[in-house]
Amino acid sequence: MRAYLEIFNLTVRFGNNIILNELELLVERGEFVSIIGHSGCGKSTLLSVVAGLVKPSEGSVVLDGKEITSPGPDRAMVFQNYSLLPWVSVYENVMLAVKSVFKGEDLEKAKKKAESYLKLAGLWEHRNKLPSQISGGMKQRTALVRALSVDPKVLLLDEPFGALDALTRSVLQDELLRIWEKDKKTMLMVTHDVEEAIYMSDRIVIMSNGPSAKVYDIVKVNIKRPRTREEMIRSKEYIDLKEYLIYTLREKLKKREVA
Amino acid sequence: MVNVEKGIRSKLLSFSVNFRKLSVIATAILPPIFGIFLFFLFWFFISIFIKELPGPINTLKTLFELLSNPFYDLGPNDKGIGWQMLASLKRVFLGFLIGSLIALPLGFLIGMSSTVRRVLNPVVQVLRPVSPMAWFPIGLAVLKASNEASIFVIAITSLWPTLINTALGISSLPEDYKNLSRVFGFPLRYYILKVLLPYSLPYILTGFRLSLGIGWMVIVASEMLAGGVGIGFFVWDSWNALNLENVLSAILLIGIVGLFIDFFFAKLMERVRR
Repeated sequence: MRAYLEIFNLTVRFGNNIILNELELLVERGEFVSIIGHSGCGKSTLLSVVAGLVKPSEGSVVLDGKEITSPGPDRAMVFQNYSLLPWVSVYENVMLAVKSVFKGEDLEKAKKKAESYLKLAGLWEHRNKLPSQISGGMKQRTALVRALSVDPKVLLLDEPFGALDALTRSVLQDELLRIWEKDKKTMLMVTHDVEEAIYMSDRIVIMSNGPSAKVYDIVKVNIKRPRTREEMIRSKEYIDLKEYLIYTLREKLKKREVA
Repeated sequence: MVNVEKGIRSKLLSFSVNFRKLSVIATAILPPIFGIFLFFLFWFFISIFIKELPGPINTLKTLFELLSNPFYDLGPNDKGIGWQMLASLKRVFLGFLIGSLIALPLGFLIGMSSTVRRVLNPVVQVLRPVSPMAWFPIGLAVLKASNEASIFVIAITSLWPTLINTALGISSLPEDYKNLSRVFGFPLRYYILKVLLPYSLPYILTGFRLSLGIGWMVIVASEMLAGGVGIGFFVWDSWNALNLENVLSAILLIGIVGLFIDFFFAKLMERVRR
């Protein structure tokens, strides 16, 4: 049986540097998978390969039976630094993506959907503002709405909440989780936040240290959904998992410069 | 008693507020006025020692005479200073327009493709340092009219700063915006109009500003050769009539108009930056 997203024998080299070495990963349709690892382990590179922005040196990435050769909106990305166009409004930022992907009757439907996402994210009143006039949380919501509005097969999230304060981060995590529970979109999220990974994911991929990184371990998160933060942090499953992840990252994958 | 004291205090307060306002204005306005005054003083003393050089007082008198009736027209060789200025401005803007229409698309191409850049770079590098005036005979030969030749010279002048700055702006587009356009599959139209153009607009405006500035300098030289009507011709004609007051008045006017052109673009760039 084939998985929805398949990464086979993936090697990425930049010049003489091997970033990823023979990495394998299978993601099922509708699954929420987090990738965690120390900085510099190539987790963002892995995401870029799936996005089609970086070409594999060896191996391949197959999504829904088709090999990935170039970027495309079926793998919409939420960038680390939001990547909104600063000279157009929140609404324009979303709609430029929508209008690039959909045509004709589909476009009208997609516009309505995008508008409902904007309302859901509390951005409707701010739709005519420029990105510089809204908060970091709202910027990331805009980036999320943009990515969701093109109805991708898989949503790629590159440390989506890393630049936000703790409170805003937890609110956005909840919002993303509610949307995921409704849409069951396949999600691939890079993070370095252990709690975030557990709270959001079905499975957590731990990457070994770079250079020449590969998958060190994959753990399943057996906490029933829908999850709430309060219930989760008291569950034994969560405590054990967090301990395992932190132990693995701190002791097994100890960074040389830290030690 | 208390009320009187209060009255005095508030008066003192308002005086000090007014004084502060006054001192802000003074620090903003006084230094430039002082600078201009020094310039005229310097000029005045120089003109005492150099007999040929008209002094500031005579020059200003002439300038006000010229400006008191700027739009008279007594045949092709005797027109008011206003007409001369307008003729020059028209040539500069026409030349600038033509130059920009060539420079903008070329700048986009050079900025977007390193292959195009490698092809065009040697040509640009060789032609760029050439004084635009050297193109004047070519313009005359091809266009067979001195007015059109002047416009041609200005077009060549405005080509390089716009071309180079546009290419610089386009090629410095951050990787993030490129990735964004690729991930969401922006069509070329969006990529150019919604990403490349807005990002490089400040660079393009810098190019425009430099182009017009140099164009306004070059037009004087060009019209000296071209004759007819125009501020450059006016300068040369005044020299032939040994009327140096006219020449100096024209120099002051050319400077002031140039300042206004530059000021306009500076304001435009401020608005774009915001």
